[in-house]
Amino acid sequence: MTEAKEQSKLLVKDHDVVVPGEVLAEGMEYLPSQGTYRKDDRIYANQTGLLIVEGKVLKTIPLAGVYLPKRHDVIIGKVIDILMTGWRLDTNSPYSAVLPLKDATFDYIKKGADLTSFFDLDEYVVCKIFQVTSQNLVDVSMKGPGLRKLKGGRILKVNAAKVPRIIGKRGSMVSMIKQATSCQLTVGQNGLVWLNGEPEQELLAVESIRKIEVEAHVPGLTDRMKQWLEKKTGKKIEMKPDEEFPEDRRPRHDGPRGPRRDGPRGPRRDGPRGPRRDGPRGPRRTGPRR
Amino acid sequence: MAYKKRHDGRKPGETRKIIAKAGVIPNADGSGYFKIGDTEAYAAVYGPRELHPRSQQDPKQGKLRCAYNMMPFSGQGDRVRPGPSRRSKEISMVMEKALLPVVDLEAFPNAVVDVFVELPQTDAGSRCAAISAASIALADAGLRMRDVVAAVAVGVVDGMKVVDLDYEEEAWKEGDVADIPLAMVPSTGEISLVQMDGRVKKDEFVQAIEQAKPAFDAIADAQRAAIKQRYADAAAKVE
Repeated sequence: MTEAKEQSKLLVKDHDVVVPGEVLAEGMEYLPSQGTYRKDDRIYANQTGLLIVEGKVLKTIPLAGVYLPKRHDVIIGKVIDILMTGWRLDTNSPYSAVLPLKDATFDYIKKGADLTSFFDLDEYVVCKIFQVTSQNLVDVSMKGPGLRKLKGGRILKVNAAKVPRIIGKRGSMVSMIKQATSCQLTVGQNGLVWLNGEPEQELLAVESIRKIEVEAHVPGLTDRMKQWLEKKTGKKIEMKPDEEFPEDRRPRHDGPRGPRRDGPRGPRRDGPRGPRRDGPRGPRRTGPRR
Repeated sequence: MAYKKRHDGRKPGETRKIIAKAGVIPNADGSGYFKIGDTEAYAAVYGPRELHPRSQQDPKQGKLRCAYNMMPFSGQGDRVRPGPSRRSKEISMVMEKALLPVVDLEAFPNAVVDVFVELPQTDAGSRCAAISAASIALADAGLRMRDVVAAVAVGVVDGMKVVDLDYEEEAWKEGDVADIPLAMVPSTGEISLVQMDGRVKKDEFVQAIEQAKPAFDAIADAQRAAIKQRYADAAAKVE
């Protein structure tokens, strides 16, 4: 065992871009996680991504790839079909979602009512995924804060793997773009972004989102974007979390695990959201879910 | 007269010059370019996306669908008739089988990953170039894969064991030629494609494969470097 420890060595640096089949570490001391695997005494990457070294654990943050529906994600969907009891939405992923009548609105819908008067074909809605099956059948709901039909504005398609960068820590990046451009902005986890504002400002917002997409893997993104936006607009931009993101939606993906360092807290999750994993009802958690 | 020296001065185990790039087709979810000598291939990956017709969907795992196409002007003089041919259908099928062992599509039931490979110019070894390009494109698309697949032809030209035959060697008139396209998973040494045109002795066959091992590693390195280069370029632009 001691011998194995002596021989263990990391062959790449933290925050390197790694590609499938690349040897990341030799020896038994390092552990494979998301986007990496062990074969004999070596750890290989199996996805193009940014390598993150967390102590002895090696994992990657993907840099590309389509969106896969995940429970509790807030996404932007497009109505593609009207069903007997709801709507079918395109989720910008290989799988479409169903919005059932009962989860669509608080209004009373009469039997046989014309469903297009609520959501018509080609309209966009902000909705939340509340169920994903093993075959990736998706159910969404529109009951919740911020979930609504989108009117006006424009829709932007971005690389779904870069969405966490566009949102930033606790929505800081979104908040910066909002301040700089005074646009309304909603980012769906599925890689669709909705923008609404003055035409020139919208263009600036589009440009900044494209810039984030290209530079997402280069360190110092937030500061760079802040400077860039300040230069473009001449406004002083203050860095603050966005009110739509009271806490990081997916804290598991950022920063080291382990005890939180920012002091004592109340109950870990507040409100009626309930525990994240509640037994076998949720999606199967094996496989490369992001 | 036996073939003692390669007509273009290469060593027996030496490939032609390799150029590999990633992200060459902005519209695609992933793309790759692979040039070896005068044979060049562009690959575009779309998906995973919904598979139509639905009757072809597989609820156990996603499907990989390859399409190989030589452009009309890409051959050695004669116009290649556009559209699917027996040859291109066969190559599409063997590409699929060569790439499938490394890609993991379990997370995408009922979906499909489309790989389109176009060859604007060919000088033998086109199926190998196609596989190498497709493999860059798949990795660039962010799919989970164990490793890249490196492909190159080996062969015996009039008694000489060589790697990466060009058209002149493949069509060598003065002696027997065996042309063996191979694809390999470099990290494990598994071979995912073997075809053969011509005849070889068993020991020659084994030696020819053995001789090509460094070439496979070189190709795999070029493929991986191509993807990294794409992100390095973006980073360089920032500074």
